[in-house]
Amino acid sequence: MVHAFFMIDRHIVYDSDSGAFFELDEISYDVIRLYIDADGMRPSPELLSVLSESHQTTLSELVEICNDFDSIIAEGTLFAEPLEYEYHHLYPDQPRIKAMCLHICHDCNLRCTYCFAGTGDYGTGQRSMLSVETGKAAIDFLIAASGNRKHLDIDFFGGEPLMNWPVVVELTHYCNEQGPKHGKDIRLTITTNALLLDEEKTAFINKHMKNCVLSIDGRPEVHNRMRPGIGGKPSYEPISKRIRAFTSARQSEESSFYEHYVRATFTRHNLDFSEDVKHMAEVLEASQISVEPVVAPDDCDYSINESHLPKIFDEYEKLARYLHERRVAGEPVNFFHFNMDMSNGPCVYKRLKGCGVGAEYCAVTPEGDIYPCHQFVGEAKYLMGNVSSVYSILDENKRLIEGKEATDILDKNTLQIFYDRLMPNRESCKTCFARYHCGGGCAANRYFSTGSLDEEYKVGCELAKKRLECSIWLSAASSDS
Amino acid sequence: MKHIKQIQKATVKVPERGHACGECQTSCQCTVANQSC
Repeated sequence: MVHAFFMIDRHIVYDSDSGAFFELDEISYDVIRLYIDADGMRPSPELLSVLSESHQTTLSELVEICNDFDSIIAEGTLFAEPLEYEYHHLYPDQPRIKAMCLHICHDCNLRCTYCFAGTGDYGTGQRSMLSVETGKAAIDFLIAASGNRKHLDIDFFGGEPLMNWPVVVELTHYCNEQGPKHGKDIRLTITTNALLLDEEKTAFINKHMKNCVLSIDGRPEVHNRMRPGIGGKPSYEPISKRIRAFTSARQSEESSFYEHYVRATFTRHNLDFSEDVKHMAEVLEASQISVEPVVAPDDCDYSINESHLPKIFDEYEKLARYLHERRVAGEPVNFFHFNMDMSNGPCVYKRLKGCGVGAEYCAVTPEGDIYPCHQFVGEAKYLMGNVSSVYSILDENKRLIEGKEATDILDKNTLQIFYDRLMPNRESCKTCFARYHCGGGCAANRYFSTGSLDEEYKVGCELAKKRLECSIWLSAASSDS
Repeated sequence: MKHIKQIQKATVKVPERGHACGECQTSCQCTVANQSC
C-alpha cells in the first residue's frame, strides 16, 4: 500500500509492501496523490493540465515527474505487489511458547493509580510471592514448550519483582544452568519501579539481565500524581536518584549488557508528554526512553480516547523534532515507539507476526497459573493451565516424555482461541500502511477497551500509524546531513 | 529526478527459506521491525 503524507516540513511517500520511501516537493507530492487515487495508474493529461494551472508549472515538467514515477513503479519500488501469505509462512510448524512473563510477586510498594495489576494483587485482594519451586516449574514448562526454538525470553515482572529478590537470584541461576543443558539461550529482562534498587542488585542485574526496564513518569509532579507510595507519599525523589545511579552503572564498562529503558506511562493528565521525555533525557540523563499511553476503561478520569488523538499526534511531532535535534547535537536518544529499522529489519513474515499472545508468549502467576499474557492475568475464562502439571509430561531429566507435548497441560479451547487469531487478517489491517510495523495490534487492548478480541482498538491503530510516520520522518531528516 | 529524492530503497524481504524461522524475539507495544536477523 502506498501512503503519502506531509509532516512538519516534508512531503513523503512510503510503500509498505516494498519498505521504500521518497521525499517529494509540493508538485510531485500532488502528482503522486493522483497516482494513489488511480491505484498506481499514470494520471490523465486532463488531470495534469489542472495541476499545471494550480502549480503554475509547465505540462512538460509534470510529464517529466510522471516519467520518473513510472520508472520507480516499473522497478517495483512504489505500488509494489502486496505479499500473498498463508498460515504456514508464519508458522511452518505449530506455534511454540518461547517467551514468558514470570510474575515474581503479586505485591507492590507503590500505589500507582493506573496500575492494570491492581497495585500488585491483580484485583484479587490477595498479595502473594512466587516460590522457587513454582518458578522452576515455570522455567521447565517454557523449555519443554519451546520445542526446537533456541532463543527464549523471560521477563521477571510483578507487582514489584525486587520485593522477592532472593527468588529472582535463584531463578536466574536456574536459567543459566538449565538453558545450556537443553540447548537454549534464555534472555532475561526485569521490570522494576526502582524503589528497592541498590548497588548489589544493580550489579547482579547488569551481570545477568539482557534488558532492564525502570518505571518513572517523567516530571516530578506528573510522576507523584500517578505513582504515589503506600499512603500517598511522593515517590519521585528516591526513585529518580536510584534510576540515575542504575543507568550510569548500566552504561559503564563493568556491565555485561547495555540494553535498558527508562519507561513512563502518559495519561490524559500529561498529554504534553514530550516535556516528560525531555525531563528524562536532560534531568535523568536517560538515553533509552519509552513513554507509553495508559490503557484504561473510558470512564476513568485519566484514560485516553479518540478525542485526545490530535493532541497526541502534535506531541509525537514535537518529540520527533526534539529527537532529531538531539541526534544532530551528537546526543541521540532512542525512543521505543519510534525505534524501527527502516533500512534493514527482519523478514516479511516476522513483520506480520505480533506478540504471539497465548501461542508464543504467556504469563505465569505466583500460584503457577498460565495466562495468554500479563494483561489477561485474572481473566478466569482465559486461564490456560498451571505449571505444577508440567512434571506429568517430563522425565527425570526434565525432557518431554515420548509422545507427550507441552500443550497437553494447557486448555485446548483457550489455546485454539489464540491460535485462531495469530494471523493479522482483520479487514482494516489488510489495507493499512502500518501493517508491517504493528504486529496486528494488542489483543488485550482490544479486549479491555471493546470487550472483544477481534474488534478494532482505534486509538491503538491510529497511534501505530503516527509513530511510523514519525520514524519515517526521522529517517528523512537524518538524510539531510 | 529533481523533484523526487529517494530516502530508502526497498527493504521488505521474503526469506529464502520461504517462511519465518521462529527464532525472532516476540514483540510488544522488539517493536516488530526494529531488529534484523
